[in-house]
Amino acid sequence: MSLRMIGTPRAALAKARQVGPLLSRIVAAIGGGYALAALTSIAAVLLPMDKFQGVLTGMMLSFIVYVGAVIWVFAVRSATRAWVGLLVAAIPLALASWPVWNGVNAA
Amino acid sequence: MTASENKKTKQTGPRGIRQTMSDLHIWAGLLVGWVLYAMFITGTVSYFKEEISQWMRPELAHQRVVPDAAEVAPRVARELQQLAPDSPQWSMRMPDERNNVVSTFWRAPSTENGRRVFGSAVFDPATGLKVDGRETNGGEFFYRFHFQFHYMPVLWARWLASFCAMFMLVAIVSGVITHKKIFVDFFTFRWGKGQRSWLDAHNVLSVLGLPFHAMITYTGLVTLMMMTMPWGNSAVINTPSDRQALQAQMSSFLPAPKPSGEKLELAPLTGMVQQAQARWGTHNIGNITVNLAGDAHAQVTITPSEAGRVSHSPQYMLFNGVTGELREVKDHVGGAAETRGVMFALHLGRFADTTLRWLYFLVSLAGTAMVGTGLVMWTVKRRSKLPNPQKPYFGFWLVERLNIAAIAGLSIAMAGMLWANRLLPLALDKRAEWEIHSFFIIWGVTLLWAMLRPAKRAWVELLWAACAALALLPLLNVLTTDRPLWHSVLSDDWSFAGLELSLWALAALHALLAVRTLRHQPKSKPQPRFRAVVTPNTEDTQKAAP
Repeated sequence: MSLRMIGTPRAALAKARQVGPLLSRIVAAIGGGYALAALTSIAAVLLPMDKFQGVLTGMMLSFIVYVGAVIWVFAVRSATRAWVGLLVAAIPLALASWPVWNGVNAA
Repeated sequence: MTASENKKTKQTGPRGIRQTMSDLHIWAGLLVGWVLYAMFITGTVSYFKEEISQWMRPELAHQRVVPDAAEVAPRVARELQQLAPDSPQWSMRMPDERNNVVSTFWRAPSTENGRRVFGSAVFDPATGLKVDGRETNGGEFFYRFHFQFHYMPVLWARWLASFCAMFMLVAIVSGVITHKKIFVDFFTFRWGKGQRSWLDAHNVLSVLGLPFHAMITYTGLVTLMMMTMPWGNSAVINTPSDRQALQAQMSSFLPAPKPSGEKLELAPLTGMVQQAQARWGTHNIGNITVNLAGDAHAQVTITPSEAGRVSHSPQYMLFNGVTGELREVKDHVGGAAETRGVMFALHLGRFADTTLRWLYFLVSLAGTAMVGTGLVMWTVKRRSKLPNPQKPYFGFWLVERLNIAAIAGLSIAMAGMLWANRLLPLALDKRAEWEIHSFFIIWGVTLLWAMLRPAKRAWVELLWAACAALALLPLLNVLTTDRPLWHSVLSDDWSFAGLELSLWALAALHALLAVRTLRHQPKSKPQPRFRAVVTPNTEDTQKAAP
């Protein structure tokens, strides 16, 4: 990209329109994916096993969720859909994680 | 992207899943590809790190018979008590079929800025004395570099390694989705067809080892998960006793008990080791850890060897260090902890016998080549589309030069460290560190070379240099030690002989690559269609836009 290309506001806007969704997806994949993985790792403590096994299970599952999230983010048609999908998956996980995070310990 | 795929992207509608996954595969692979390549190749050779270590300590005689741990342990313990008196914890790893030294480490009695200080030394099992030979880290360097690099804080480095491993996992999954006919592609190879051949090679290397590549990447992430995914841990593991209980699910290292202050002699280790041998087998003893040697609260932990089973989960026998009486036998952990233990073991491959170890090495080498061919393909695909191949745009230039240094240069640097092991003066201060500095200096020089020479010549020259550096190592060994190859072969010393013969095999591989690169005629026919397909959507081609 040369300075000439982003010289005018219009060109800058066009550039942003072109790069924006891609950047948004990258943030969704790396940051959003990690958040979803982290929520999974906390929610897994609720699984019917002692909390030590639950913690370890959560960590091991988290990477599978992470890779799934990244694939989702790039597979869907738009950056907006990517974020919406992540949020939809995050809501139940967050609800499950809330009591765990706040010390209402599972088994 | 191939021309036909480019046509598809010209259409305004949404792009197919294979196309987006292909883009994801290309970029996830490229951005961290050089780091991944270095991680893969150093990890690959680490399957033979014990043999490399043996080769790098030529003063230590070939171990014909694995010594009895019950005899070795007290010998080394005596020295350690002199070397690290008052240490609250010291540990020794017993020799085995692949390893002819006793590796020890200990915690210093005092701390520095609130941090624990550790010392380490390597002992000769036959004499119990510190190894009298060149100072070297041996194959341990490649192993450490594989997941924590060098010259940077260990935590940062492990985060970086995990980050790259996650990219790798994404590249693997998106690569599989990109494939239309994964089974057919496995049987397809088009020699001498330029880009098609690179693609076929990449496919064969990837598909052949796919279960391995997926396993090794995922289990690699698991080995560092306590650091990268600590959230469940910090949510529910809050008390010291909980922390200790979680630790006990993963590690045989027990926290040192409080010293009593009362001096009492450490019980002889022989009896304890023999009890452990009766349980696990004579040559199946791993680590012996002693807490508070000389104190009334002393305790001794003995673990089985890692070679004995396909799990890294903690198992041990705990003894009273003063009476020598067995206090506890730990032989199982919870289901998830055992799963984690198996994943660790699968990643490290220390359970593998010689045949399986070679399989590990070869398929891991295929993984290395998968990353390497992927990196090269990025340039091969784009070279034919360059408006002027003599003056490529900066991104292309950078990728091409980094490829040369990361692939051909790294081989030279790795061989170079073995050269440094034989050539650095024995009396050199911090000699072990200088072996490692040599590795990086040589690697740096290859990068300079790659940037200053025409690309194709740099490839050929560095590949030939790697070939020479590898092929001449056994000769260097003849000149600098009294353990020439023929002697190793005749005396059944397959650690030495196997390594040197492998160096020749690797040298031949580099020669083959050099010859093929030299003969390769890149197709540089400009494709006028290219300019027409630069659309806002094809982010991997826009850099070339005029």
